[in-house]
Amino acid sequence: MHTKTIAQLSAALRSGEVSSVELTTLFLERIKQHNPALNCFISITETQALEAAVAADQRLKAGNGAPLTGVPIAHKDIFCTQDVKTTCGSRMLDNFIAPYESTCTASFRDAGAVMLGKTNMDEFAMGSSNETSYYGAVKNPWDQGRVPGGSSGGSVAAVAARLAPAATGTDTGGSIRQPAALCGLTGLKPTYGRVSRFGMIAFASSLDQAGPVTYNAEDAALMMNVMAGFDERDSTSVEREVPDYSANLDNGIKGLKIGLPKEYFGEGLDDNIARVIDAAVKEYEALGAVVTEISLPNTGLAVPIYYVVAPAECSTNLSRFDGVRFGHRCDDPQDLFDLYTRSRGEGFGAEVKRRIMIGTYVLSAGYYDAYYLKAQKIRRLISEDFHAAFEKVDVIMGPTAPGTAFKLGEKADDPVTMYLSDIYTIAVNMAGLPAVSIPAGFVDGLPVGLQVIGNYFDESRLLNVAHKYQQATDWHLQLPKEFQ
Amino acid sequence: MEWEVVIGLEIHAQLATKSKIFSGASTAYGAEPNTQACAIDLGMPGVLPVLNEEAVRMAAKFGLAVGSRVSNRSVFARKNYFYPDLPKGYQISQFELPIVAGGRLEIQVEGEDARMIAITRAHLEEDAGKSLHEGFQGLTGVDLNRAGTPLLEIVSEPDMRSAKEAVAYMKKIHSLVQYLEICDGNMQEGSFRCDANVSIRPKGQEKLGTRSEIKNLNSFRFVERAINFEVERQIDVIEGGGEVVQETRLYDSDKDETRSMRSKEEAFDYRYFPDPDLLPIELDEAYIEAVRSMLPELPDEKKARFMAELGLAEYEASVLTASRELADYFEEAARIAGDDAKRTANWVMGDLLGALNKAGKEIADSPVSAALLGGMLQRINDHTISGKIAKQVFECMWNGEGNADSVIEAKGLKQMTDSGEIEIIIDEIIANNLGQLEQYRAGKDKLFGFFVGQVMKMTQGKANPAQVNELLKQKLA
Repeated sequence: MHTKTIAQLSAALRSGEVSSVELTTLFLERIKQHNPALNCFISITETQALEAAVAADQRLKAGNGAPLTGVPIAHKDIFCTQDVKTTCGSRMLDNFIAPYESTCTASFRDAGAVMLGKTNMDEFAMGSSNETSYYGAVKNPWDQGRVPGGSSGGSVAAVAARLAPAATGTDTGGSIRQPAALCGLTGLKPTYGRVSRFGMIAFASSLDQAGPVTYNAEDAALMMNVMAGFDERDSTSVEREVPDYSANLDNGIKGLKIGLPKEYFGEGLDDNIARVIDAAVKEYEALGAVVTEISLPNTGLAVPIYYVVAPAECSTNLSRFDGVRFGHRCDDPQDLFDLYTRSRGEGFGAEVKRRIMIGTYVLSAGYYDAYYLKAQKIRRLISEDFHAAFEKVDVIMGPTAPGTAFKLGEKADDPVTMYLSDIYTIAVNMAGLPAVSIPAGFVDGLPVGLQVIGNYFDESRLLNVAHKYQQATDWHLQLPKEFQ
Repeated sequence: MEWEVVIGLEIHAQLATKSKIFSGASTAYGAEPNTQACAIDLGMPGVLPVLNEEAVRMAAKFGLAVGSRVSNRSVFARKNYFYPDLPKGYQISQFELPIVAGGRLEIQVEGEDARMIAITRAHLEEDAGKSLHEGFQGLTGVDLNRAGTPLLEIVSEPDMRSAKEAVAYMKKIHSLVQYLEICDGNMQEGSFRCDANVSIRPKGQEKLGTRSEIKNLNSFRFVERAINFEVERQIDVIEGGGEVVQETRLYDSDKDETRSMRSKEEAFDYRYFPDPDLLPIELDEAYIEAVRSMLPELPDEKKARFMAELGLAEYEASVLTASRELADYFEEAARIAGDDAKRTANWVMGDLLGALNKAGKEIADSPVSAALLGGMLQRINDHTISGKIAKQVFECMWNGEGNADSVIEAKGLKQMTDSGEIEIIIDEIIANNLGQLEQYRAGKDKLFGFFVGQVMKMTQGKANPAQVNELLKQKLA
């Protein structure tokens, strides 16, 4: 039962083949068994989960269940949950219980989904390996000596190890897609504004977007049907009709125009990864798609620009963590300055501090124009590259990450190399576009992800394109040995 | 050396919205600390601001009232600094693109020519909370009820040349925001306050001197005193061979002096940048025109109308339009009184404002309402009472003894208009004062007043003065 998709679980729950309490118990047991090794969860909400499962079973019995009613899922610990600790992977929030529920998790709760727990993540979502978490690194279920990717590493590893059938994540520069690629899952970053950011702890407000982590595109569609939508509490969410993401999954893709940006296949890409991506593209051609080479000339600027814009926003987003009203407060502060510096000094880890310092610097008088303003201008150029490309093609494809999962600690002391692992995903956030990473093969036993980038609000098409591939291939059905 | 004073003001007007600028919490003043601060005001993790449209409408109203361009597109920015009463570690304000750009306002200092003061900009922002340093045994308390209250910061050009002009400008803005019903103007509660930028330069020099900024002045009197102190201080510094340093200063009203708070070197780098949580405010022409059509009659328009239609002098019209409440009071009283607006103006400016001033009351709390005063003026106009008797009636109404008619009735103050009755009294007076009559007829004209006084005394002031004059002239001739 633990290897089933949420679409299958939903059917099983409806037919009475299994109850939500049974399913929830099963996954809770798997979490207890494997979490000590993998460290996917920061909080396991057993009591609440079983209560929710009982309620879901009643709802199913009464015949008014929604598709996800009774389905257990995990939430990244970046979403505020009422009465359950929300840490954002930081010592700063080790004691924080929000008095409100994020819109995203509230949508799942209202749909009857059962929350198993809150998943580990890079501290404040800043990282590409899940090694910056105050709660320790998460292990990749495919090779526990390797990272799962980040920042949604806990969510992705949990689903990959079948400790949860699906999970939520957030993606600021690749934080859903890169770990999904490294763990062999389907991870969708929706269009900026498609899913409410209310109650989701901000890293970089203009880039952050929540999305699903699932086995396949069909499940991602079911998750999106719950998550997507306008929220009056988030001014940047978009008031636009939400389609039924499941409706077009089976549409044919004959004649689909795929663009391959030459910049995504150049220097820095592992040859083995390139071969996997080539094979995936050939598969699409076999399905009737038409492939053309395109150019996204400013691709090389995406990472440097990101490391101006995201730190600038995070440096002020994280100012509220000052030890005054909530979160970590140092012992026995001597005065206000001591309260601030020690509370923040103790509460934040090294990567968060590094980004706050970069962000503070690029916004400073005398540097603002040279860094922040210039970065915003280049950000526009990056968006325009995509706009031009989508005049010619329907979707853009390429590798999700330049390599497979790297070893724990391998890049931890080299932030720039670490930052480059998001080289293919970051530009998508800069432009606010949707993109999905799907399993496309293996290199040395480690999963490789294919990234499919779509035009604004074209999530339905992305899921359709992903689904057709998954019907023709079985990469997404592969399981790490220990967790089969 | 003769010095010229240069002053610019940054006025903070708290907008009279029911809820905060970015949250649904109430803006009511005086609640228990931290009972009107929701998760958004507290800057909790993950929460987001949502703009209160009413605040936008109010800002647009102000812009149109001062002849500004209301921006089609304005942008919120974060102003970053750490302080315990600033929950997010940044204040949401507007920086490069404010909602109101440019504008002007005419001010008048008594005895001087009217002057036009240019308004640079007005922008929307949220207020911070309050740090309370007393009553916590050496600790500091933080009250976040005020955090997120909408403010309109109105920035003038350095166009004022004296403390008196600064006060006149501030009063004019104070009146205007109340006319527009966008601010309650309550200075004790901090709803209306200002920072003053003050510098001096040798008369005739174009280049501005180095300025100091005096923070948080919350009364007209303090503005005047703080500026005057600061001007004297700067003159002393320069004439003593020193240089004025650019700094922020605080006015201490107890000691009547300004003190340095921080110098330019210590000034914060606020690291302004556009707030990614909020979309730009986009206002199209249709919106702006709709707001314009809702504007009430503004003080200057009202003043012109009072002069043209009611025949008031400029000074009277200025005084009576200084506040919307006073102007409304006057118009209501004049309407009830009938045709003589000038008399109403005299009563309002003289007896009424005098009595209010003496009692320390505002026009809104006047024991004599516009209806009561108008009713009394009606009785003067129809000769039921004289102007002199009216003062007595006014006093009775002030003391809560009812309206003019009931006071006149109860006290028997109705004017004597029967000429036969008055003639009998005059005859009696003449009979009793034959000596004075003789002297009068011999040319001592001044004695006419004596006879008038005698008649008024006999009639307890109730005789119609014009009638008395007429009859006396006949009888004494």
